[in-house]
Parts: sequence; C-alpha cells; structure tokens
Amino acid sequence: MAADKTITVKFFARLREELDTASLTVEAEPGLTAGQLLSDLAARGGHWAQLDGAQPVMIAVNQLMTKPDKVLHPGDEVAFFPPVTGG
Amino acid sequence: MIRIEQQDFDPAEEYRALRRSGSGTGAIATFTGLVRDSGDLKGVTGLFLEHYPGMTEQVIEGLIANASERWEVREARVIHRVGHLALGEQIVFVGVCSAHRGDAFAACEFIMDALKTSAPFWKKEITGDSEHWVEQKASDLDRSQSWE
Repeated sequence: MAADKTITVKFFARLREELDTASLTVEAEPGLTAGQLLSDLAARGGHWAQLDGAQPVMIAVNQLMTKPDKVLHPGDEVAFFPPVTGG
Repeated sequence: MIRIEQQDFDPAEEYRALRRSGSGTGAIATFTGLVRDSGDLKGVTGLFLEHYPGMTEQVIEGLIANASERWEVREARVIHRVGHLALGEQIVFVGVCSAHRGDAFAACEFIMDALKTSAPFWKKEITGDSEHWVEQKASDLDRSQSWE
C-alpha cells in the first residue's frame, strides 16, 4: 500500500490558512526528523519560509506533542501548528 | 466526560450530572468561559474556533488524569465548543466534583489553565471588518506553569 510508505502532514489554524494547505503527504526518508521535514517544507519559499523558525511552530507526531529531533516513520501523522489559544 | 462540539451547552444540565456522581461528593466547582468584546482586537463580534480532532480529546483526557492524581476528583466534565461563536456565547465548561472544596477548586482551575496552553484549539477573533488569529499569551503560560 502506498500509504504505508508516506508520512501525512497536517497544518492547523493560521498555518493552514497562510499555506493554503490542510494536509499533504511526503515520502518517509529513513532517519527523517520532524525538524528536518519542517526545514524541507520551509525551503519551498513564499509563505512556507515562515516554517524555518521565524514564527513559533509546535509539532505533534501521532497526536502527541514532540520535539524537532523526533525521527519519523512510514505511516506517521505529523502536525505543525501555532501555539494553542483555546479556552 | 469530554465533549468537543459546535452546539451550545446548558451548565445547569452539566451541574445536575455532576450532582449524580454519588453520595461521597461534597463539593462541585464549575467554570464557564464566554466570548468577550475585546482580546487582541477591540470590538470583537465573534470567534472562530478550530481544533485538532482526536488529539484534543486525548490531551484533555490526560489533563483530567493528571488532576485526578494530584487531587481527589470524583468526576470531571469538560466541554469545548468549536466553529463560529458570537459575542457573549459560551465557549468552554469545566466542572469538577470532589469530597471537599479545596480539591474541587484546584482541579477545576488546573484543568482550565492547562487546557489553554496544551489542548490543540485555536481562536480567531472577528470584528466588523477584520479577522485575527489570537496569539498565545505569556500570562497564560505563566498560569499553566505555576501548577508544575
């Protein structure tokens, strides 16, 4: 199954709007970390450049908050989003 | 009990549910948050609330479990609305029952403070002519960290 070899990436709130993207999939390169994925996406330029540290971006992998050094695996769900503001 | 939903809730109904938690309950503390007219912007007429389905529920379950380890919590109910909310509407409800008031107050406040800085919700303020994603506040982080 193709889905098994990819990683699903989700964006929320301001990032979802500014990137005009709610989700996308990327190839699961061996050893890819969440932080490297973020840098790869930032390299697309334009609005994507803000993912390279200009604004705080929170990272969740499989719906758990995590740090940029988290290694990703095929089938993982990664989410990038601004600091949360509920309540 | 956790509910994330668009529809409004009735705090009286939630209070009644907490009262049914058993004869050991001696105290119920509740909190309700409303849409107010000024936040990052003045003249707010409404909010749009977005969340991360699945993760949100998981995070709040964790907060209730954490509260239950620190205080005597007999039952906790958390409701958070999403979607478009008008000025004055209810956003969030936290209700906790315990044997004693100290535990009920503390657990209710802890869950609410921690929810604000850890549950994946995002608010967008809407005024007559603009929209603005709310920025996380240092004061909210301070409150949340004060429980650590």
